[in-house]
Amino acid sequence: MGGGGMNGDWRARNHPAYWAFVVHRVSGVLLALFLPFHFWALGQALNGAAALEGFLRWTDHPLVKFSELGLVLLLGAHLTGGVRLLMLEFLAWREWQKALLAVATVLTAIVGVVFVFNVV
Amino acid sequence: MSARTDTRLWLAQRISAMVLGACVLVHIVTILYAMHGGLTAAEILARTHGSWTVAAFYAVFVAAVAVHAPIGLRAVLAEWLGLRGAATDWILLLAGVALAVWGFRAVWAVVA
Amino acid sequence: MSKPTDTLQVSVWRGAEAGEFQVFDVPRLPSQTVLDVVTYIQRNLDETVSYRFACRVGMCGSCAMTVNGVARWTCRTHVDKVVGDDGRLELAPLANLPVIKDLVCDMRPFFDKWARARGYFSPTQTREDDFARISPQSKQRKNVEAGIECIGCGVCYASCDVVSWRPDYLGPAALNRAWTLVNDPRDGARLERLQAIAGDGGCLACHTHMSCTERCPKQIAPTASIAGLKRATALATLKGEL
Repeated sequence: MGGGGMNGDWRARNHPAYWAFVVHRVSGVLLALFLPFHFWALGQALNGAAALEGFLRWTDHPLVKFSELGLVLLLGAHLTGGVRLLMLEFLAWREWQKALLAVATVLTAIVGVVFVFNVV
Repeated sequence: MSARTDTRLWLAQRISAMVLGACVLVHIVTILYAMHGGLTAAEILARTHGSWTVAAFYAVFVAAVAVHAPIGLRAVLAEWLGLRGAATDWILLLAGVALAVWGFRAVWAVVA
Repeated sequence: MSKPTDTLQVSVWRGAEAGEFQVFDVPRLPSQTVLDVVTYIQRNLDETVSYRFACRVGMCGSCAMTVNGVARWTCRTHVDKVVGDDGRLELAPLANLPVIKDLVCDMRPFFDKWARARGYFSPTQTREDDFARISPQSKQRKNVEAGIECIGCGVCYASCDVVSWRPDYLGPAALNRAWTLVNDPRDGARLERLQAIAGDGGCLACHTHMSCTERCPKQIAPTASIAGLKRATALATLKGEL
């Protein structure tokens, strides 16, 4: 009875605030895993501009650009979701806070769209 | 971990979150603006070399991330992988230090 | 729109932690509640089925159990609201609590945590003192009123994933009650209570999933109370009180 977690399985978790949590946690973990790589790439500049340039040319590859879009979306989602959480935790409880999730989602989408338009 | 330490960690997480909120916003805008122009490495480095503003901003950014990420991962490890206790905490502390070291190295790389 | 089935196929958990679902056929009636269904099973089909109820009018919270994966009060759940077109219902005991038998769970851990959160009043005055004056309009009293109607049914506790992930997490109900007491100026144990609810097993472990708020049959928002506790704990830490 009940897999790893609770009896409720997905039927009890299927509501917006829970999806927000999943997005926030998954995006946070993926970003944390990405960061060392990001720092390494920038550190390439220590080997001169040519080393960094070589790396930047590699990022021109469409697959890499697509991953970058993913990263930008992850960052946007984690940021907007995080601001929502800070508001829920530090400001007095109000009705309009329910709308925060919608706002966060829209802002993330906007960031993604802007990225695509600057890259393509 | 005492309740006192737990609360301090939680506060550090939330405060670093607020710092990162500002830093990430600036970062996203900067990167999007830079990509708009399609910059080469030399062009990027020309703008960052010797800049105290860039150095200070990204140093704060790195410090905040080095605090924020390990504490966040601590909750994930405890709740989803059942990993808790002193050993896990030490590893996370090490990870935070490593992030800070690599991060500051990267800042140095583009500023020096 | 398909015609509702005449019979319900009701899967009922039998056993304790280990066990299995047993299926019963129950005639479908208008305005039927899930409590009607399980009562029918126990009285007409299998008298060995164990379940709890008391008031059957949505006041006591005894009938709380898991219906189609979601924690609810069976007396206040109309079958029409939860059954699918296939006429199936799945009944299980409340999650996150030990199972005694069939649909009956052991509520002791739930109330133990209530005590550990210091969810009880510590008086400071005697009958010789004058009445305490609390304005109903005060912010603190409004905070109390938002959470005071809790009857300890366990639905929020059963719905909380952090409870299932962290065995020491005090849970939404205990923390909600602690919040109503933190906001009570008559109470004399504010600091002890903040110490009790701080830390990883306390309010700081809440990740704002809001399943508790989503499911509470009294429309209480434990998430709001816990957020208040987070602020109180943070402030006390910054002031060096904790």
